Amino acid sequence: MLKVRNLDAGYGKLRVLKNISLHVDKGEIVTMIGANGAGKTTLLSAIIGLVRAGSGEIVFRNQDCTKKAARWIVAAGCVLVPEGRQVFATMSVEENLILGGYVLQKAEGKRAVDKELGHQYELFPVLRERSRQLAGTLSGGEQQMLAMGRALMSRPRLVMMDEPSTGLAPLVVRDIFRVIARLRDEGSTVLLVEQNARAALAIADRGYVLETGKIIVQGPAEDLLANQDVQRAYLGREKIE
Amino acid sequence: MRDSKLLKIALLIVLVIGVQELTTVTDTQYYLTQLTMSAYYALLVIGLAVVMGYAGQISLGHAGFFAIGGYLSAALTTHNLVALQANPVIHGLGSLGMLVSGQDIYGEQLLVVAPWAACIFAVLMAAIIALVIGIPVLKLKGHYLAMATLGFGIIIYRIGLATEYFGEADGISEVPGFTLLPAIGSFGPISVSGDFGLRVENYYVAWGLLVIGLWLLLNLIDSRVGRALRAIHGSEEAAEAVGIDTAGFKLKVFVLSAVYAAFAGVFLTHYNGGIGPSEASVMKSVRYVALVAVGGMANVWGTLIMGVGLTFLSLRGVFGSYDDAVFGAILIVVMLFAPDGILSMNVKALFAGRRTTDEHEAKNA
Repeated sequence: MLKVRNLDAGYGKLRVLKNISLHVDKGEIVTMIGANGAGKTTLLSAIIGLVRAGSGEIVFRNQDCTKKAARWIVAAGCVLVPEGRQVFATMSVEENLILGGYVLQKAEGKRAVDKELGHQYELFPVLRERSRQLAGTLSGGEQQMLAMGRALMSRPRLVMMDEPSTGLAPLVVRDIFRVIARLRDEGSTVLLVEQNARAALAIADRGYVLETGKIIVQGPAEDLLANQDVQRAYLGREKIE
Repeated sequence: MRDSKLLKIALLIVLVIGVQELTTVTDTQYYLTQLTMSAYYALLVIGLAVVMGYAGQISLGHAGFFAIGGYLSAALTTHNLVALQANPVIHGLGSLGMLVSGQDIYGEQLLVVAPWAACIFAVLMAAIIALVIGIPVLKLKGHYLAMATLGFGIIIYRIGLATEYFGEADGISEVPGFTLLPAIGSFGPISVSGDFGLRVENYYVAWGLLVIGLWLLLNLIDSRVGRALRAIHGSEEAAEAVGIDTAGFKLKVFVLSAVYAAFAGVFLTHYNGGIGPSEASVMKSVRYVALVAVGGMANVWGTLIMGVGLTFLSLRGVFGSYDDAVFGAILIVVMLFAPDGILSMNVKALFAGRRTTDEHEAKNA
């Protein structure tokens, strides 16, 4: 589905990502964990085309999209739920969702968007209740669901999520992760970037650990959960004994 | 949504007709002159409102686009081409019907570009120049457009002031009327010119154009394009992440607003019978920005009302020699006390001091 090879990217002269390689297969949840400033958001921004890759290669569904603009990649079926949700605060919930179907409407017309809108309301019933409300007035958890619904509106093959649990109450986080697991069960593919490593690894199939722009460990989620270094650094388990 | 838009447009049309009837009844038809001019300026300002309010960019060069429209159509329709008749280009234009010949007041033979051809050329030039400025600048995030257009405005002003072809400091005068429709029986002709006999017709031409321009913009805002524009204003990165070509949209809206400005320039120049360098000055551009701000940025109706109202007062000379100062002051007051525009200002809060701005921040938070 997605293959990243030897990717270097950053801002101006600052190299944030150094020689990153990873792959996401169809139907998987792959998680990328790491501390603040490790380069997780930059990695997603580089894949979606918001940050230009310096060198290396990004291949999505056998199409090279290393130098492509975001709109091209979204149209190809890879979508980002941005960090901090970034809903369009002054627009209604429904308008936010319709905007998510922007590329879908372009490709398949308005009817496809209406149909997809129904799907999202099914997946997130709370959004239907609040469809006329301004997105800025939603709670944090509702905004996260809206951001996810907005992303799913384009009927993506791969959904990338940037720290969906940030700033949410633990109970809400559980709901969000349940939805992510459900997406996989319905056949979607997910690349999940998280600081909340335990929750992310609990639902993921595989994981990568990013540290200062490099991938230091990778493997099946259970292995990472059991890995002592990962436990010490990211799962909050001090090695006292 | 759609019905209220139609209703508002209908109300506007009724109001336009009502005002004209009122001036006839009260024998104050001289007001129509300034109302006609205000309508043309308002056409420019509503175009700018979409750039500022929806695409989130500030242009300090719209007087420049207005001047490109005005100056080019003025120059082309007044400069005599008789001496160049043998030139194949001129000859070609003539055989396409793009030239008109006549006699000047001294009986000399006159050959000039037809107003409609000059109009198309002038508006096209404005669009191309907007494109050339916009392509590199609008790819950048932030307010680079304001700086680039500020420079552009000054250049246009200086070109008008320094070029003989554009009349230097005197500008261009004796611009002929622009006949939109030839006479059909007793009806018409409809011609954009300062002729006192055509004052009522010109009032309707100007307001008709303004209503059409408004109608197009409102439809644009309600469409997929408008939603995309509002998304860009809300969060550019998120807009890009859902697949919107943010740079492309900003560019298109900027070019569209330049076209509106150029049209306003063309028509107002024919109406006034001339144009001078003051129309291209940077203070004019600042004034347009102030009018959009007073109207409430992303509020085409508010901008229309404020644009017509304040321009009318200014043209009537109400502000005297403080004209520019008044518009500068308006800009400051609006930013401090009514960032959502005068029409949505909370009058009570104005006297309570800072609360309006706090509320605004709270709303944006």
